Amino acid sequence: MKFGVIVFPGSNCDHDAYHVISKHVGQPVDFIWHRDTDLHSYDAVIIPGGFSYGDYLRAGALASLSPVMASVKEFAARGRFVLGICNGFQILCEAGLLPGALIRNRDLHFVCEHTYVRVETSATPFTGELKNGDVLRLPVAHAEGNYVCDDATLDQLRREDRIVFRYCDERGEVTEAANPNGARDSIAGICSRERNVIGLMPHPERACEDLLGSSDGRGIFGSLATTLAALA
Amino acid sequence: MKAKVYVTLKLGVLDPQGKAIQHAVELLGYEGVADVRQGKYFEIKMADGALGEEDARKAAERMAREVLANPVIEDYRVEIEP
Repeated sequence: MKFGVIVFPGSNCDHDAYHVISKHVGQPVDFIWHRDTDLHSYDAVIIPGGFSYGDYLRAGALASLSPVMASVKEFAARGRFVLGICNGFQILCEAGLLPGALIRNRDLHFVCEHTYVRVETSATPFTGELKNGDVLRLPVAHAEGNYVCDDATLDQLRREDRIVFRYCDERGEVTEAANPNGARDSIAGICSRERNVIGLMPHPERACEDLLGSSDGRGIFGSLATTLAALA
Repeated sequence: MKAKVYVTLKLGVLDPQGKAIQHAVELLGYEGVADVRQGKYFEIKMADGALGEEDARKAAERMAREVLANPVIEDYRVEIEP
């Protein structure tokens, strides 16, 4: 199995993602520059966090129009796996690969803290080794993480079991106080209808070493690796 | 010729920046402000003689739809200045 980490001007979590794949997942991984368009040899790509294009216009808007994203759409349509983290989630929404949008945080602050998220569905290629109700401790660092969508989209996400993570407190209770950015329905991450594209605001790649305060992120990368191994 | 594009948040989408601006305006003593919504304004200068007015409008509307606005959360309005 081979992973790719897409790099835009302004990406800054690309090396963290690369490190996790090479060190903890133990698989080959390449950086993919945003002007490259050949994703052929990859089984999964990660769209990392950062501030692509300086968040000009809207976070993720300009990156969603870059050459590599046309290839990512085709890659996703072929059933390959796409993981968007933070700015990556914003880019996937802007590209139309995931529904909804991420707007300025409710309190306007850039939030940079550890949060808890509850696994809402283990029925995705990214959460297969986790259980519904599991609580993960993952850091967030964003100014535009406030997930919004219309009522029809929210209904559809619920009906199709596509809300993957919700912000919660340490005990797994979803409360408004535990919602760091005002996201609708406390949504921290969702997946596509075909379940092979996921976006989340928290940073699992920054939570893979006990030294960094949490290793709960490994469950997500480990699940993806298991999915890929089963397909190989 | 110039295309002016106004992008505003859809009704019902929370605008925390607008709220903060409203609060600041009220701190200055302005009364009777019911709501402030923040938007974006773009001026797109068309190359001389490249497009007629109708085609310029169509092009600006397409740019607004595809790039300048995110239709999930924003509305847009285009004006053409000859």
